Amino acid sequence: MEFFRIRRDIPFMRHALVFNVISLVTFLAAVFFLATRGLHLSVEFTGGTLVEMNYSQPADIAKVRATVDALRFGDVQVQNFGSPRDVLIRVPVRGDVKQDVVVRQLFEELCKAEGGAVASKQFTTDKGESVSRPTCDARGAEPVRLARSEFVGPQVGDELAADGAKALAFVVVGIMIYLAFRFEWKFSVAAIVANLHDVIIILGFFAFFQWEFSLSVLAAVLAVLGYSVNESVVIFDRIREAFRRFRKMTTREVIDHAITSTISRTIITHGSTQMMVLSMLLFGGPTLHYFAVALTIGILFGIYSSVFVAAAIAMWLGVKREDLVKAGSREIDPDDPNAGAVV
Amino acid sequence: MNRYPLWKYAILLVALVVGLLYTLPNFFGEAPAVQVSSGKATLKLDSGMAGRVEQILSQAGLKADLVHFDGSSVKARFTDVDTQARAKDALNRSLNPDPADPSYIVALNLLSRSPGWLGAIHALPMYLGLDLRGGVHFLMQVDMKAALTKKAEAFTGDIRTLLRDKNLRHAGITRDGNNVEVRFRDRETLDAAQNLLADQLPDLAWTPSAGGGDFKLAGVLKPEAARRVQDTAIKQNITTLHNRVNELGVAEPVIQQQGADRVVVQLPGVQDTAKAKDIIGRTATLEVRMVEDSTEAAAAAAGSGPVPFGTERYVERGGGPLIVKRQVILTGENLTDAQAGFDSQTQEPAVHLTLDAKGARIFRDVTRESVGKRMAILLFEKNKGEVVTAPVIRSEIGGGRVQISGRMTTSEANDVALLLRAGSLAAPMEIIEERTIGPSLGADNIQKGFDSVLYGFIAIALFMCAYYGLFGVFSTLALAVNLLLLVAILSMLQATLTLPGMAAIALVLGMAIDANVLINERVREELRGGASPQAAIHAGYERAWATILDSNVTTLIAGLALLAFGSGPVRGFAIVHCLGILTSMFSAVLFSRGLVNLWYGRQKKLKGVSIGQVWRPQADAPEAAKS
Repeated sequence: MEFFRIRRDIPFMRHALVFNVISLVTFLAAVFFLATRGLHLSVEFTGGTLVEMNYSQPADIAKVRATVDALRFGDVQVQNFGSPRDVLIRVPVRGDVKQDVVVRQLFEELCKAEGGAVASKQFTTDKGESVSRPTCDARGAEPVRLARSEFVGPQVGDELAADGAKALAFVVVGIMIYLAFRFEWKFSVAAIVANLHDVIIILGFFAFFQWEFSLSVLAAVLAVLGYSVNESVVIFDRIREAFRRFRKMTTREVIDHAITSTISRTIITHGSTQMMVLSMLLFGGPTLHYFAVALTIGILFGIYSSVFVAAAIAMWLGVKREDLVKAGSREIDPDDPNAGAVV
Repeated sequence: MNRYPLWKYAILLVALVVGLLYTLPNFFGEAPAVQVSSGKATLKLDSGMAGRVEQILSQAGLKADLVHFDGSSVKARFTDVDTQARAKDALNRSLNPDPADPSYIVALNLLSRSPGWLGAIHALPMYLGLDLRGGVHFLMQVDMKAALTKKAEAFTGDIRTLLRDKNLRHAGITRDGNNVEVRFRDRETLDAAQNLLADQLPDLAWTPSAGGGDFKLAGVLKPEAARRVQDTAIKQNITTLHNRVNELGVAEPVIQQQGADRVVVQLPGVQDTAKAKDIIGRTATLEVRMVEDSTEAAAAAAGSGPVPFGTERYVERGGGPLIVKRQVILTGENLTDAQAGFDSQTQEPAVHLTLDAKGARIFRDVTRESVGKRMAILLFEKNKGEVVTAPVIRSEIGGGRVQISGRMTTSEANDVALLLRAGSLAAPMEIIEERTIGPSLGADNIQKGFDSVLYGFIAIALFMCAYYGLFGVFSTLALAVNLLLLVAILSMLQATLTLPGMAAIALVLGMAIDANVLINERVREELRGGASPQAAIHAGYERAWATILDSNVTTLIAGLALLAFGSGPVRGFAIVHCLGILTSMFSAVLFSRGLVNLWYGRQKKLKGVSIGQVWRPQADAPEAAKS
């Protein structure tokens, strides 16, 4: 089996301008949505309380909302989470409400609404671990369960946002230094510009669809940044090699050759990674959902930007053979097929 | 050229065996167990307890698979839940004869089923995070300002005593936040006081100022001293939390410092935040009272008479009953510090207490009036008191520095100091983050994480085998080894596996295949270029290596950034991500090369390799313009 039967180098760079315009348009759209809609940040960043309730029957969202509104916690969000029986409730931070009692109050009220009363129960799991948890007891039945709760103080949230920004800066600077050292500054600039615009586009998607941006999505974004930069690295590696081997080719031809000879590897690698991510998207459940979504967008745009955009930017910046093939190393270059011709 | 020396194969084999051994414990699952831990801060478990538990179990006719002591608690493992429940009852009956006042906590728990010999080489299963097993997580902020204020308050008292002792008259001492200000009426006193205070209280930096007929000496806590105060405060809070959490009988509570002023508490298996908060927030109190030494009291202590009016009967730790007056002289609030040390004259082990100014004054008055009498230091926990120690007062004690010595070993002195400190929190704490995860949600998460990895792996394996033939099989085996090594390293490090961690495993596998794709594509390309099979394998691996290294370094930079700046779930993700990149370089390059060498390396006249179809462009269409 061989998917890619390419006879001659594909002239990708002839369309470099088109690729860059497409990137620019998506990038500007992403920035626009980020600016107008903003990110829907999770409680980890904003602070607040999050409660996941698990009903034994499909939950009546309107009734849950009415019960929660009666508690006057402010702008509370109530929505389904994963299945119709799971309900997610988000309570914002409020100065006048003591946060650590919110969960208990919510649970008590929702339990009362189902005709039960909260009691703390000690029981042993079938594996033999003793576990205590508050239960909602309605004449022997358990109409609603507290599946998960989370409370984050506002000071923690601010720190997380700052740490996230620091991590992003660290990755960008680290990769730029590495590429500048390993290749040349033009490549490092090209790779970072191409991949940072990926990051903005992922964020743009999250802003446009108002998907929840949580810590794990941030982790996915940074992981994908490192990952798609390596895509550019593979191509740059080839460009350097081609500069050495094919002395008569122009820069444009060298880049076309490098992209053509790596395209099959690029597609197969990303396809494999995407298979794994798809598996997470399908089987990982709601907790990993947005993590996998961010990775999917990142991988798809990663292929595009690191292949077409990065190389094109490097070309606009004016990469030359002399930048990569050092004069001193020419005589002893083992990869150079012409080395033997020098007498 | 495609042959590894024997030592390289040996390394691969050793890595594989070690990987298997350390991955193994994760497959045994968990068995029901009973955990016995101390129910009182004054009671410490030792290794002898394991023998006692075994004895009680054999008396009850129950057989435990394994009984072991892990430093703070004894755990006994059973084959089924039924035996576990009976064992719990038997242990409870024998260890706690008085159910109203339990000395030990007997709780049901889970313990890994892996055999003892694996435990002996420290091959333990990965520790599951709360999101995978259910439980409560608290992040607590220690109020450092309060700790510093408390310290400054103590200094104010010290200054007053010091100046009085040296007959230096001051015109008032005030504390403003963490700063202390002493006013004097003349220059000479100020200078003398400055010399004295700088000498006696090196933790404060003194700056004199004079103006408007006012002579002031301002003391500021030195930064390193402030840091020390904060450090001690957080350590003491952690110790106190440990003592309190033990009571919950939680299998593996995590109590850790996070950052400079935060403490993480994780209690697996606990869902009841209200109860957990109640216990964490509880205060044990310390009281100092006088021992009643009348004949009636002696009779009451011996059990032959009624307890005299105005006194109470308490049990002394490691000793008999003691009759103590009801009147409280001092409480733990007046105690600022307790440290184990040695008596400066006799070199006996001793406990040094530091009292605040008010406490010091009261203590001096009391000791002056009761030389030769005994005084009792009591610790109250859950409204039950116990006499920690009851020393004889030898002389009047002033200055707020008290030493308890005599008939103590060094470890006893350490225990007493710890107990006296453990009674209270050094600084108040506030819960700033709280998370509960239900046990069923946890089990669900494990299943989901596991499924993601499994199906993703299968999909990649099928594709690789179909597309690259035998080389695809080698790549898949290398990927499996990568997974094995990653799990083994995580188990070795006893890292906590969380759902983001499982996601990182899946992602790392998806990324790691990249190295093999690079190699296989390169080998194909060499073949397409007309190289002989052996030369193509060699050149393919050689040329791909530089690229693999480059691409992994950039991924690693991102991983390290997450590790450095991430917290909580992101850290779990980052650790697995970074380790996975490292193991993937080993397995994808060295291991798959080993397999290839083993298979093809011996064949001198190799006609072809199974790497899927190698398509060659027609002769009329050259692959690239050759120079």
